[in-house]
Amino acid sequence: MIGEQTLKSRTDTGIALLEMRGISKSFPGVHALSDVSIRLRKGEVHVIVGENGAGKSTLIKILSGVYRADGGEILIDGQKVSIDNPQRALKLGVSVIYQELNLNPHMSIYENIFLGRESTVAFGVLRRGRTIDEARALLDKVGIEVSPRVLVKNLGIAQKQMVEIAKAISLNARIFVFDEPTSTLSHAETSRLFSLIRDLKASGCGIIYISHRLEEIFEIGDRCTVLRDGRFVGTRAITQMSIPELISLMVGREIDQAAQRTERFATERVVLRVEGLCYQDVLKDISFDLRQGEILGLSGLVGSGRTELAKCLIGDLRKTSGRILLDDRPVNLSRVTQALSNGIAYVSEDRKKEGLFFLHPVSTNMTIASLRRLVKNGFLRPRLEKNLCLQTGERLRIKTPGLKTQVKNLSGGNQQKVVIAKWLLTKARIFIFDEPTRGIDVGAKAEIHRIIIELLKGGASVIMISSEIPEILALSDRILVLRLGRTQALLENRGLTQEDVLGFAMGAHALGPN
Amino acid sequence: MFARVLQKYAIYFGFLAIFAVFSVLSPHFLQGQNLSNILVQASVMAIIAIGQTMVIITGGIDLSVGSIVACTSLVSAVLIVDSGMPVPVGLLIALLISLLMGFVNGFISHYGRVPPFITTLGIMSIARGAALALKGGRPVGNVPDAYEGLATTTLFGRIPIFILYIVIAYAIAYFFLMYTRHGRYIYAIGGNRDAARLSGIPVKLYGTLAYVIAGGLAGIGGILLTARLDYASPITGYGYELDAIASSVIGGTSLSGGEGNILGTLLGAVMIVTLKNGLTLLDVSAYYQQITIGVVVIMAVFLDSIKSLRAE
Repeated sequence: MIGEQTLKSRTDTGIALLEMRGISKSFPGVHALSDVSIRLRKGEVHVIVGENGAGKSTLIKILSGVYRADGGEILIDGQKVSIDNPQRALKLGVSVIYQELNLNPHMSIYENIFLGRESTVAFGVLRRGRTIDEARALLDKVGIEVSPRVLVKNLGIAQKQMVEIAKAISLNARIFVFDEPTSTLSHAETSRLFSLIRDLKASGCGIIYISHRLEEIFEIGDRCTVLRDGRFVGTRAITQMSIPELISLMVGREIDQAAQRTERFATERVVLRVEGLCYQDVLKDISFDLRQGEILGLSGLVGSGRTELAKCLIGDLRKTSGRILLDDRPVNLSRVTQALSNGIAYVSEDRKKEGLFFLHPVSTNMTIASLRRLVKNGFLRPRLEKNLCLQTGERLRIKTPGLKTQVKNLSGGNQQKVVIAKWLLTKARIFIFDEPTRGIDVGAKAEIHRIIIELLKGGASVIMISSEIPEILALSDRILVLRLGRTQALLENRGLTQEDVLGFAMGAHALGPN
Repeated sequence: MFARVLQKYAIYFGFLAIFAVFSVLSPHFLQGQNLSNILVQASVMAIIAIGQTMVIITGGIDLSVGSIVACTSLVSAVLIVDSGMPVPVGLLIALLISLLMGFVNGFISHYGRVPPFITTLGIMSIARGAALALKGGRPVGNVPDAYEGLATTTLFGRIPIFILYIVIAYAIAYFFLMYTRHGRYIYAIGGNRDAARLSGIPVKLYGTLAYVIAGGLAGIGGILLTARLDYASPITGYGYELDAIASSVIGGTSLSGGEGNILGTLLGAVMIVTLKNGLTLLDVSAYYQQITIGVVVIMAVFLDSIKSLRAE
């Protein structure tokens, strides 16, 4: 299949293989996409870039039939199509090679490739031999040398990806979507993937390629579409674009100067020092310090190791090497309880999965990490608990029908405040906030920022992880930028722009000033 | 409004309905002697069900409690009757063995990461096998009076001591779950294991603790049963684990963990025994009694699922 249509594809660029016009999609409270258009030509690699939350994934999910767009239309070969479900997308030749691979690990390669389309003799009896032969031919095409009978769980990530591509080819896909395909691949595997992508290109397929990695974008891409906050910013030929230009398209210039924090509380006292911290192959030689009363912003793209760093600091992940010092004393943090008794609190990025007891009342959610304070003579004191919850609820302005209300019935912003309340009650002095304002409305966001600043006034120190660079710029005293598990830069937050930070996060600049 | 009240208190209405029906159909049902029989019969099960409820709240399940009842029962009888050990010593050793079996359940499930269904299924078989092997499958009879006294004592000359046991066991369990840190942790690890871990709760320790409690209460159940029947049989407690699960579930404990209340379990246990008692009075065979209980369990959970469906 690959190679047959090479000549044709060189000349055929007039009519777009795929066109998405004016696509809009909103979720409760969020405009994920508004009026986004993209044209994919035959034989091109079309890169889509944008910061975390720019709408790339939503766009892909609309193309693959996972979501339905609220507005706009999709054309394939100039024909209007409606993609109501993933099966429909496959029929139309759209295949998405997902980040989390979509294969059944307990089945063999050939069973996976032909899952749901098994060729049978009669009464469901499988035509096994022929299917295996076909699978072998496909594997040859994508260039992996394994038997089609091997179970998928025994394959490496790169091989699984190749199997997915083989499956897509067998489905006669013409539009391939790669979503961060190289995030888990080695250098050699990446170049193999790229040569396969070039083969697909040459055979007239169109490729949509989502990536954060600048060097890749410039290596494999033909054209590039930039999305920002769910809006279309522009499409350019890669050859006519420079790295600074790309970055400035991604961030735009909409930083609200008024939101910048003017009061500073940072002292010279170092409360936490991290030296040469490594965690498996995720974090490499991270060193920084945290001063009392400061907010250290932790920036980096998805996969840069931000959350892993936070979890090493609270002892939920065990660092492979390196030292952590609190007030200049080395401490052993290999359990969450140890971090807690040392006054380190972690507000997780996933409040539903890691922060809240969804079916339990607001009050028990608030006090669960600090119950020792409520015990007198071995028993919990309900009145003490109630008063403490009322006080904290008032301080954080938590809106709830009552303390006995199940926390699942609260709004996202109030749920987040309940999680914060839980950690406030532990009297921690170092707070790590992981995406503290993700998925909550603007009003609640401002309040959470206010709460974080109150903490500083009370003498605490904060590490704040955020994908929103404006948020990092607005609140941080200093900014630590991680990239691929390494410290890319440690910056004083004075006169920094979004471009500076994103540039470091994407690896456009070498190690920065400091 | 009416429908909501009906649903919220479905178990109480169900309980009242059962009482009303049996009172009408059988003249013996409401007599004091019969009611006290119900409580005596329910007591062992109700005590075992406390442990089961705690395990289920942590998100686990314990299939071994019935076998632990038999094992403890037989061990105590062998030590006291055959080896002539003093009663308190024999009981203490038997109780320690039940705690140990609970510990093994918890340890393997939490530290060994074997699903509790499998672990406790294994211990169920092992404990039952041990009980059978101990005397080659034969029962041991005629326990000393001091042992029997645990069951035959009465309060004020007429109230069976079992009622006191129930009250004490449930009072302790209630306060433990509602008014101690440890109780909160038990709910927390079943409600959201990850969040519990990140809140600094020693998840495995408390998860194991629940199984230890369940094992110990099954041991106490085995001892009380032996005292009441005056002999120990390796086939006692057969199916108790299922009755204990049924009591918890009827009482509103969620099998997905994190939810449940201990007083509901008491009601569930008494309800099952009342059903059996009433049906026996009406000359319904034991076979049909089982069918009825099966229907009640499914109904109870069904009503609960409607409730949560509505909430969504």
